[in-house]
Amino acid sequence: MGLKDEVDLLRRVPLFAQIDPGKLKLLAFTSERMSFQADQVLFKQGDQGDAAYVVISGDADVLVNTPEGEIPVAKLGENAFIGEIAILCDVPRTATIKAVTRMETLKIDKEHFLRLIREFPEMGIEVMRELANRLSITTAELSEARNELRKQAS
Amino acid sequence: MDPNLFRYIWKHTRSHQVWILFVALISMPTYFLALDLPKRIVNGPIQGRGFEDESVRDPFLRMEFSVPEWMNTDGTLVLFEGFDLDRFQMLLGLSLTFLFLVCINGLFKFYINTFKGRLGERMLRRLRYELVDRVLRFPMVQFKRVKPSEVATMVKDEVEPLGGFIGDAFVTPVFLGGQAATAMGFILVQNVWLGGMAAGIIGIQVILIPRLRRRLIELGRERQLTTRALSGRVGEIVDAIGGVHVNDTSNFERADVSSRLGKIFAIRYEIYQRKFFVKFLNNLLAQMTPFLFYSVGGYFALTGRLDIGQLVAVIAAYKDLPSPIKELIDWDQQRLDVQVKYSQVIDQFTVDNMMESQLQPVVTDRPDRLKGQFKISNLTVNDDSGARLLERLSMELNLDRKVAVVGGLNSGAEYLCEALARLLPPGSGRITLQGEDLDELPEAITGRRIGYVPTDASLFQGSVRDNILYILKRAPLREATYDGAAAKHRAWEISEARNSGNTTLDIGADWIDYEAAGASGPEDLLDQVLRVLKIVDLDEDMLGLGLRGVIDPDNRPELAAGLLAARSALRQILEDDAYKGLVEQFDPDAYNQQATIGENLLFGTPVGEAFTDGYLSSHDYIRKILQSEGLDTDLFEMGREIADTAIELFADLPPDHPFFEQLSFMSAEQIPEYQAVLARIQHQSVVDVSDADRDMVLRLPFVYVEPRHRLGLLDESMMARIVTARQALRQKLPQELAGAIEFYDPEAYNRASSIQDNILFGRIAYGVAGGAETILKLGLDVLEKHELIDDVFDVGLDFNVGTSGKRLAQSQRQKVLMARVLLKRPDVLLINRALSSLDRAGQMAIIQRVLKDSEGTDANPPYGVVWALTNAAFASEFERVVVMKDGAMVEEGEPSELLAQKGEYAALVA
Repeated sequence: MGLKDEVDLLRRVPLFAQIDPGKLKLLAFTSERMSFQADQVLFKQGDQGDAAYVVISGDADVLVNTPEGEIPVAKLGENAFIGEIAILCDVPRTATIKAVTRMETLKIDKEHFLRLIREFPEMGIEVMRELANRLSITTAELSEARNELRKQAS
Repeated sequence: MDPNLFRYIWKHTRSHQVWILFVALISMPTYFLALDLPKRIVNGPIQGRGFEDESVRDPFLRMEFSVPEWMNTDGTLVLFEGFDLDRFQMLLGLSLTFLFLVCINGLFKFYINTFKGRLGERMLRRLRYELVDRVLRFPMVQFKRVKPSEVATMVKDEVEPLGGFIGDAFVTPVFLGGQAATAMGFILVQNVWLGGMAAGIIGIQVILIPRLRRRLIELGRERQLTTRALSGRVGEIVDAIGGVHVNDTSNFERADVSSRLGKIFAIRYEIYQRKFFVKFLNNLLAQMTPFLFYSVGGYFALTGRLDIGQLVAVIAAYKDLPSPIKELIDWDQQRLDVQVKYSQVIDQFTVDNMMESQLQPVVTDRPDRLKGQFKISNLTVNDDSGARLLERLSMELNLDRKVAVVGGLNSGAEYLCEALARLLPPGSGRITLQGEDLDELPEAITGRRIGYVPTDASLFQGSVRDNILYILKRAPLREATYDGAAAKHRAWEISEARNSGNTTLDIGADWIDYEAAGASGPEDLLDQVLRVLKIVDLDEDMLGLGLRGVIDPDNRPELAAGLLAARSALRQILEDDAYKGLVEQFDPDAYNQQATIGENLLFGTPVGEAFTDGYLSSHDYIRKILQSEGLDTDLFEMGREIADTAIELFADLPPDHPFFEQLSFMSAEQIPEYQAVLARIQHQSVVDVSDADRDMVLRLPFVYVEPRHRLGLLDESMMARIVTARQALRQKLPQELAGAIEFYDPEAYNRASSIQDNILFGRIAYGVAGGAETILKLGLDVLEKHELIDDVFDVGLDFNVGTSGKRLAQSQRQKVLMARVLLKRPDVLLINRALSSLDRAGQMAIIQRVLKDSEGTDANPPYGVVWALTNAAFASEFERVVVMKDGAMVEEGEPSELLAQKGEYAALVA
């Protein structure tokens, strides 16, 4: 798979959809292709984040540490954009990502990603939209969970 | 050393000087005869005196002496009747005799000069040796005053002229004086008037010229001091170059050096002026005499008071006269000059409180283990300025305890360690060891039984191994055996060393004290080195250095063979599905996708500069191969496409954009250049473009790697053609480039590549997460299985540490110094704030391991530790703590006790 295919792939990621293809090509060129074996860990919860990943192929589990051990909270597949929270907010990784099958990814360096956001405000807006979207989903899930708890309590 | 140069020379070379004087004296008669013969030739055969008649024959080589008449009636004793020769035979005979005498004189000169040279060189050797010997015995405080580069200059350069002079010291005045006197006497015998004139002018020379030269000597002294200071200053600049850069003081240094050079120039220029004026005067006076000879001597000859033969002989003799006189004057000049130099140097090397040489004997047997304690009583130490370093310190330190010395900087903890290591001489009070004054113990005991790790971490240039084993080299324990020519050479070395008063200890012997390290010989020493490297946590670093090291398979054929076996073992492992695609190994018949096109073409490691000087793509031979294989067009087009893409992607970015880090083809500054090139070569093929443009474009594909750059420029057929070109490149390699590439050969060890590259024999694939780590682990496993790890360590120990060890990190240097002290297994280990460059956890781990080691094992005896810590928090690991403050001991006891007291120690730990 060459640079052109990677550009097509990046365009399918919502975050990058609005960005000029020329810039996406630049992003692809300056990013590193990285493959993972099944069961290999992309990064661990609590690590410092230095990069985000775009999944080209393969599936991964999102795992979160709990007192009962690691539990899977979500699954990710093709076109997913992983690990952006840690590089956006300078916090440690919030979850562990583990490959389920063999995975091909595009590794985007933290500095490069931040620089792109600064240079292309539309991308920044896209990031905001994506995060807001997730926040609304999470909020909805949270209130649902609370209702659930209240029902159980009563 | 004698402050008077002549006494010093006389003391060491008396018999030789007498001999050479003797030889010089016996050479005088032949010299006189050689002066006399021209007269006989001119007067006899040439002018015909004694050959008034054609038939007259004169005796040649007749030897007769006048004797008292009672011995012989006619008053002569004839030893040899001689040959009767006619005029022409006589001419030939006398001329041949002249030639013979010239030869004899030449041989005398040759012998004397060689003898003098040897004499001088021996004395120079002795002098230099004595100077260095003195440096080795200087009291420690002296090293605060002297600059290393100045000492080096004195030993190397300043005594050099002494060597030339020493041979001449006594002979020259006698020899040249004798010659001059002989010539003078000869002239006087021929004609008193002419002789008187010559003597008068020489008298003027002898009196006047030394006066003129007096100022020259003064200048010479100044020159010596200023150049010595210059070399000291240059040494300082080099040592403190970091300080120059970080403080932007380079221009100050330039001004300083310039002013020094200006002073030296002024001195030297004045020397030149004076020297050549003296020369001018000398020549003028010398030429004055022939003028008088020709005019006055000619007048005498015309008036018949002097015959022509005499005149010719006088002039010939005079021709020889100025040179001995001149040389005598030169000698006198040199004498004053070297006396100045000598006294200047000796002055610097005459120091009070020099260590007695009995304290540094050569001892080959091992001294007994130390027992008991250091007893310090009322120890007070001041530094140069009078500041108190240690004040009325009294304590006892048992040699078998683990003692921590804590305290802030300049609290005295470091000085206590230095004093125990004898690096700081006690001002008053004393330190005893086993009841004996520490200062009076020979170094053979302190140096072997006491270990010391200093604060500063400076190594000498050489391998890590040299630096570690240095500490074991105290005496030549195993004599080297020499045979044949080597034995003869060694005997010569010894006799010459004796003649110059040098030591005859053999540097070629095995100096390593294996037993001291707990080894039985060279075979198992490595185990001990590994043991101590593990304690200081340096084993993995050394392994890494070994893996990156290069070996010569001719010198270590077994290791090379083992590494080849490891290579094929690793290949087999990599064929396992789990590791598929991790590494692409080199195959002469296949394109290596993970390597650049340039690497694929060359398919080997460049040796020397033939292929590394400039761009590979511009190399004439590579270019020729590309043409003959028809690759140049394709690669050129590929280069055009790469340049196109790079410009398309990067042209809009500011030059400092972080993305440029990822652009391996060109730098940000080159983007406009390439834009211009692309515009120029539009619609042009490789043959039409200018050389410069072709170079620019063709270098791009040479660094292209498909999986990394992903531009989709390489297809199967292109790869196959590059492989064909690779094979052609190897086959057609011209004679002059043979050896410039060490080709990748699956069956052969690559002498230009590192050990790890040889085992891997390929490239780790791009974009495989954790690839390098996995490979390193697999590689080490293979080495372990093939029992090669120790050998790789061994190679790592060969790593050259550079000047002062600067090729190693500061922390590594500190670890090396620590490791080597452990290797000598001392009875007590003094550690003076070492390991300061390590982080806390690293220091703690090493402290714990050293303390564990100090308890001893079956193989290694226990030892005591006195450790001036960099951080009081480590003191809890020790049995006893000494707390220092302002040069005095303020607390001491077990760490837990002291902590409970809530005093100074508790404050330091908190």
